[in-house]
Amino acid sequence: MMAGQVKEIKGGPGPRDPRGPKPKLKNPGKLFGRLMAYILKNYAVHIVIVVLCIFVSVLANVQGTLFTKTLIDEYITPMLLSDVPDFTPLLHAILRVAGFYLLGAFSTFVYSRIMVNVSQGTLRNLRNDMFVHMESLPIRYFDTHAHGDIMSLYTNDIDTLRQMISQSMPQLLSSVITIVSVFISMLTLNIPLTFVTLAVVAVMLTATRWAAGLSSRFFVAQQQDIGALNGYIEEMMEGQKVVKVFCHEEKSKEQFKKLNDKLFHSAFNANQFSNILGPINAQLGNVSYVLCAMIGGILVLNRTGGFTVGGLASFLTFNKSFNMPINQVSMQFNSIIMALAGAERIFKLLDEEPEVDEGYVTLVNARKENGEIVESPTRTGMWAWKHFHKEDGTTTYVELKGDVTFDGVDFGYIPEKTVLHDIRMYATPGQKIAFVGSTGAGKTTITNLINRFYDIQDGKIRYDGININKIKKDDLRRSLGMVLQDTHLFTNTVMENIRYGRLDATDEEVIAAAKLANADGFIKRLPDGYQTVLTGDGANLSQGQRQLLAIARAAIADPPVLILDEATSSIDTRTEKIVQSGMDKLMKGRTTFVIAHRLSTVRNSDCIMVLENGRIIERGMHEQLIEEKGRYYQLYTGNNIAG
Amino acid sequence: MIKTIVNNLHEFKKDSIMTPVFMILEVIMETIIPLMMASIVDNGVEKGDMGHIYKMGAFMFVAALISLLVGVLGGRYGARASAGLAKNLREAMYDNIQTFSFANIDKFSTAGLVTRLTTDVTNVQNAFQMLLRMGTRAPASLIFAMCMAFTIHARLALVYLFAVIFLGFCLFLITRRTMKYFDVVFQKYDDLNASVQENVSSIRVVKAYVREDYEKKRFKSASENVYRMFVNAEKILVLNSPLMQLTVYSCILLISWLGAKLIVVDSLTTGQLMNLLTYCMNILMSLMMLSMIFVMVTMSSASIKRIGEVLDEESSIKNPENPKMEVKDGSIEFKNVTFRYNRTSEKPVLNHIDCSIKAGETIGIIGGTGSAKTSLVNLISRLYDVSEGAVFVGGCDVREYDLETLRDNVSVVLQKNVLFSGTILENLRWGDENATKEECIRACRLACADEFIQKMPEKYDTYIEQGGSNVSGGQKQRLCIARALLKKPKILILDDSTSAVDTATDAKIRKAFAEEIPDTTKIIIAQRISSVSGADRIIVMEDGQITGFDTHENLLLNNEIYREVYESQTAGGGDFDEKEGEA
Repeated sequence: MMAGQVKEIKGGPGPRDPRGPKPKLKNPGKLFGRLMAYILKNYAVHIVIVVLCIFVSVLANVQGTLFTKTLIDEYITPMLLSDVPDFTPLLHAILRVAGFYLLGAFSTFVYSRIMVNVSQGTLRNLRNDMFVHMESLPIRYFDTHAHGDIMSLYTNDIDTLRQMISQSMPQLLSSVITIVSVFISMLTLNIPLTFVTLAVVAVMLTATRWAAGLSSRFFVAQQQDIGALNGYIEEMMEGQKVVKVFCHEEKSKEQFKKLNDKLFHSAFNANQFSNILGPINAQLGNVSYVLCAMIGGILVLNRTGGFTVGGLASFLTFNKSFNMPINQVSMQFNSIIMALAGAERIFKLLDEEPEVDEGYVTLVNARKENGEIVESPTRTGMWAWKHFHKEDGTTTYVELKGDVTFDGVDFGYIPEKTVLHDIRMYATPGQKIAFVGSTGAGKTTITNLINRFYDIQDGKIRYDGININKIKKDDLRRSLGMVLQDTHLFTNTVMENIRYGRLDATDEEVIAAAKLANADGFIKRLPDGYQTVLTGDGANLSQGQRQLLAIARAAIADPPVLILDEATSSIDTRTEKIVQSGMDKLMKGRTTFVIAHRLSTVRNSDCIMVLENGRIIERGMHEQLIEEKGRYYQLYTGNNIAG
Repeated sequence: MIKTIVNNLHEFKKDSIMTPVFMILEVIMETIIPLMMASIVDNGVEKGDMGHIYKMGAFMFVAALISLLVGVLGGRYGARASAGLAKNLREAMYDNIQTFSFANIDKFSTAGLVTRLTTDVTNVQNAFQMLLRMGTRAPASLIFAMCMAFTIHARLALVYLFAVIFLGFCLFLITRRTMKYFDVVFQKYDDLNASVQENVSSIRVVKAYVREDYEKKRFKSASENVYRMFVNAEKILVLNSPLMQLTVYSCILLISWLGAKLIVVDSLTTGQLMNLLTYCMNILMSLMMLSMIFVMVTMSSASIKRIGEVLDEESSIKNPENPKMEVKDGSIEFKNVTFRYNRTSEKPVLNHIDCSIKAGETIGIIGGTGSAKTSLVNLISRLYDVSEGAVFVGGCDVREYDLETLRDNVSVVLQKNVLFSGTILENLRWGDENATKEECIRACRLACADEFIQKMPEKYDTYIEQGGSNVSGGQKQRLCIARALLKKPKILILDDSTSAVDTATDAKIRKAFAEEIPDTTKIIIAQRISSVSGADRIIVMEDGQITGFDTHENLLLNNEIYREVYESQTAGGGDFDEKEGEA
């Protein structure tokens, strides 16, 4: 309805998965910095320790690799020459290296263990911040963003971030440290061989770019084909019953096969090229190894620069340890870019402007003393608006009655398109005001303005004579009870779902409210009565039963003003008649705004407003409007007013 | 589980066999290369034989090339096999779903079917590829490296054997422990996301009741809980890498020490020692890889199981043998029909229903929410099968007809109806593939849809978005009626199909039906009394029973429920409504 007007309609089944293979990032460096800052905010000390430990662990590893050379050159070769080999120096050396190794393994354990807390903790903080911030966002945000997109922030984007923080980042860090230290060690061993290794690495990187480029082309195609196929699957599963009714199975299979085959080809190609990358780099690594062995062999034989067999052996190990992290970095690169794209979306949510509330008039418990309203610390059943006047520093109290006026209100969801024009109306406490009109006439929009889900562009809305812009939003909403067209229930017991209206309500009060709404009967028949746990938005209840629960929820909140937006539309007329008595009890003494397309709901209103194209074109009591023979009379054929 | 995979490989069997073969070849090459390496050091470098170095170097180069070739081929076949398996699984599921009856669809739910066709298949595809490639590579590499180590020096190689047993045992313990944790963690994690989902869709309720703080508090405590469980699970998992390092390091040191001793007594060469050290990494890395594969395969086994459920599901409604291919007329008879959605449920939805409807009659059905109106009509086109009794259409039990014949003759406009993405014409032709444009327009005129279609810029070629999101509820309903009319059915059932259509148009549609398709039996379920009061007879349903089946006038006199419904809708300006409603 209203949401439909502002939500952009997305054309055709495009790729649904927000994670493309090569997302375009505007400023990955800045984004990475922001993410790091976010992690450091809470885990600065942790990160320092982690970096240190990674450093130690890498160095220990490198030291160990160097040991091969020492082992052969300084211990084995001399021992081979001596007649009575002395193993004590070797034992000492081994013990010393064992110390390094132990330190290395211990560091690895320490940083991995700390990273668990850092990554999980950061994700928890992000989730909490996202949720807290999301709750503070205006309704407009939810109306203009597809709910699936919001959800994917919590699922897809957080998941890719987890991978990045817990795996890619430590690996990247250790790879870089390894590369640098191995590079330095290689240089100290033999400079020409180092250049040979570097040359092969250059070839490797070129090959990686080539294969990655090729596979990313196919990955884009695969992503599109997945999108198309998933879109088709969703649509067809949604309409599966219609498919059955029209015996359209064969047709539906045909189209499916086409899309499925297309996906097979692109998936095959994409995977094939990404699978090739591994062997290519591994074999290039082997080539690098062979080249170094051959050139190194020549160097050793020619005794160039005092290069020894042990030195060659160590160098060859380094050659392997050098190629491996470079391979890893190139593999991690894509996943880091992907995670940053997710981080960008998450930060975008966190940067979203929260709902502003400049209201200062608050709602307080009150009682009357000598005809004067005074604030009361305890619940009295009487409420008052506490209005502080800045000019003279006085505070006045106005009793909460539920008097609502609209004065020349204009509104549009987007500034360029006004959907409500010059709405004027006056509802005194206890009155029932009904809005009728065709779909899109602006009925729901009006109710969105009273509780300030949206702010008006021009004109004034007054509540008990106070401009609602001055009232604190929370207090304003607390004074309004809403029963919406789409009933939403939470995963919890029936009892708690009703209690949602007033958290401190006792069980007895909940049951009383349920009785008022005529919901008590069916609730008692549920397997566990009031303790029955509802799941999946109350999926096991009928639409009518859900609406009864929503009415009970509004009843327990006990607000002076009620807004019923098609609140009984799914309850059959006979049951509605029974509910009606409860509703009448509920509405008694309250200002009620009713939107309904069913005549029986609207007829006994004190005033019926007929809306068309955002304007009130007729107003008056039922009989009056019938006599006028205008639009209301036209709509009023049979007993239905509008769709 | 394995059966599900093997049965769906079909044309990709060859790929699935070739992948491991190539992977093993690659591993063999990779095991040979270090041998040549050792030969270079031992026979070339140490003996000063440059010729040997060149010769071996050339061999190694060729070996690397072969290794590259088999590696690439293995990658190619692996990609083909896994993408192929995914394709076949999807297709097999999709085909089977097409045979599902309504009861089968209800059992799985739409969302459940979509997940199985998408996410679950992707999981299996990835796990299968991993299994084919790494799953053969890792054990092969482990075994070959082990064999080589033993041929070099059996006693030294024993060190590796012990290391493998030790590490394998530890990894097994860790993996088993964490798997148990992760099962619970992911469940909790899904719950957390479900609660976010709930909050997003119910944001109006949250805000209307000013429950932001309450929700935040709840979310934070759930989120904290998930955090703690994740940390507890990963705490064990992070033991993997230090443990691995410790084992590798111990092996290196032990081999170095023992190797040095052996070299001194001349029973080992330097080159062989270097080789042994290289195999150390191969062996233990393979083991690590195996434990990862184990985790991944276990995780995807849930997906395979879910896919298997869809594949093994048998349609609860099947075409009879020697089916009747023609429906004589549009008469309907219910004989002592009892119906339950679930065989085990105590209370039947429909209880001993008897009634008969003549061909060409217009029947209204009215009754409260949950009184089983929809269940009653769903039995006519055999969307569900009766539990007891029988339903007859055109004088024959519906179970004797060919399903397609029956459903072409009994056209249902479902309550929860769906339009598909495509033009209006394409949507209409669901009813009759070969319908001419004129026939489509005629059907739309009958359903009062032509008027608004003509106002659209592209008229009958207007593109309908997925789920019909760019037409209003009333327009959608009228298009669905037109689509059903194109079948030219003998029986037309409208299940609350005009609820979003205004009353005047509703009346016009009914009038058109009466004039244009008088021979078609029309069954109209409605909430509005005005929609049914003009019918030849009206069925009043209450709690799975027919409490009245008569004309409007008689029911007003005799049926209390009907009278109540009537009064609830007309109280106040009653006299006014009635004349108008029946126009």
